[in-house]
Amino acid sequence: MTTDLSHLRADFPILEREVHGKPLVYLDSAATTQKPVQVLDAMDDYYRLHNANVHRGAYTLAEEATEIYEDARRRVARFINAAVPEEVIFTRGTTSAINTIAYGWGLHHLKPGDRIALTTMEHHANIVPWQLVARVTGAELAYLPLTDDFRVDVSAIDDVIDSRVKIVAFSGMSNVLGTIGPLAEAVAAARAVGAISVVDAAQLVPHHPIDVRAIGADFLAFSAHKMLGPTGIGALWGRRDRLEEMEPAEGGGEMIRDVQLHSSTWADLPHKFEAGTPPIAEAVGFGAAIDYLAAVGMDRVRDHERDITRHALDRLAEIPDLTVYGPDDTALRGGAVSFTLADIHPHDLATILDQAGVAVRAGHHCAKPLMRVLDVPATARASFYLYNVPSEVDVLVAALHEARRLFGVA
Amino acid sequence: MSLDELYRQVILDHYRNPRRSGTLAAPDAHADGNNPLCGDEIALDLTLRDDRVTDIAITGRGCSISQASASMMAERIVGKTLAEIDGLTHQVKRLLDIEEGDPGLDPERPGAVLGDIESLAGVRRFPVRVKCADLAWTTLAEALASHSENR
Repeated sequence: MTTDLSHLRADFPILEREVHGKPLVYLDSAATTQKPVQVLDAMDDYYRLHNANVHRGAYTLAEEATEIYEDARRRVARFINAAVPEEVIFTRGTTSAINTIAYGWGLHHLKPGDRIALTTMEHHANIVPWQLVARVTGAELAYLPLTDDFRVDVSAIDDVIDSRVKIVAFSGMSNVLGTIGPLAEAVAAARAVGAISVVDAAQLVPHHPIDVRAIGADFLAFSAHKMLGPTGIGALWGRRDRLEEMEPAEGGGEMIRDVQLHSSTWADLPHKFEAGTPPIAEAVGFGAAIDYLAAVGMDRVRDHERDITRHALDRLAEIPDLTVYGPDDTALRGGAVSFTLADIHPHDLATILDQAGVAVRAGHHCAKPLMRVLDVPATARASFYLYNVPSEVDVLVAALHEARRLFGVA
Repeated sequence: MSLDELYRQVILDHYRNPRRSGTLAAPDAHADGNNPLCGDEIALDLTLRDDRVTDIAITGRGCSISQASASMMAERIVGKTLAEIDGLTHQVKRLLDIEEGDPGLDPERPGAVLGDIESLAGVRRFPVRVKCADLAWTTLAEALASHSENR
């Protein structure tokens, strides 16, 4: 039943290193993933052999760089089954993708009294941009609550998503709870009231096969660095008609058709939303990461994640005084597992685990409203990716027992 | 083993039973301190008479190091003058390796100079945790500074 991908570990040089004399056990892939040599080499080759600015200059290197950059866009588009590559906008990451929607669509369409519907499990990246445009436009935020078993309460959809709602923005998968968002229900509810739907897919795309046309949302945002690629680049996918009706959120070179002294006209998609020199090497790395994931197969990535998450949930359940925040059913969740242990503060846990070579995140995970819902100041979070193996979960569990001993938890 | 050094019994005792926990009805000075990165929080009230701290009360939440350090500080500074507190603060910062120099402990008699605070010496081997131990002291300095400004 276990999906064994352990042969892939050899592709990740960092997994060979030690921390405090112990083999590194990297359990923080929800924050950022490690990078395979295929991604590192692709970026290195780009700088060594092809480096030039894109979309300008008629010389060979410039043409190569442009082709390489646009090829990365085609790979991203294919990976999520976008209708055309022009629907994929390269951004700095999920955060800037959501800001692009907030400022490019929200700022120009929201009116006083309009509403933006979110859930209480959102990352700050899918809260604060909406607060910023709400402040300017006079719109208000409304939230779908969670159920006691850490799922979005879809029974509240009719109450929250009413005719005042113009934007429904929600997490595809919670970075804290692991909970998979109610994609179909939220998209249908948005459509029923004429609102646009936005999926924060930073955690979903790396771990789950994605077909944007099947999901049916208007926008979907994700980051390369959470799916084996480099930092500094991500993607905003938008349905073509929505992108066409949007204004640019940033102005500058590259994104214009013509510039006069007092006005300008915009370039066609996707360049209208890519002001300035883009992160070209990062796009190359993004493309290589997608090739890597596609070669493994996203169904196997998902199966592996379910298996290792099941193993983690079962082993964590053996530890007295440990509380997991998130659904137990691996069909409803991904591999971000948040927990607390007795009265040991998560930062103390992280320090103790680090001494055992185990890297976990401790804190509010950029989800302070959710921490208040859970009534905890912080949690520790172990999160998994395709290179993690069950024995690493066992190292985590042993280190948690050590934490109990150090703190004298009876 | 350095983890046992970091999480000494005395630290866990202060974490679980913080001394002078609470608020004061009529404080002469107040400050809120927090480490935005990790979320440790401390709120500190104190009263003064003739440059001498006469009472202190602290509420907070956060990791064992931040909360134990606050409890140890509260226990230590009542009855001390501002000059004495300034000296003590420098000793603690040297103990934590925030400032260069010898904290002036007596190796023969552990705890003789700074009391329970000396048990925080293990924190210096965990650089990312030093700011947890320092939070109480920076918050105290802020409270005292705001008091002297108001006078």
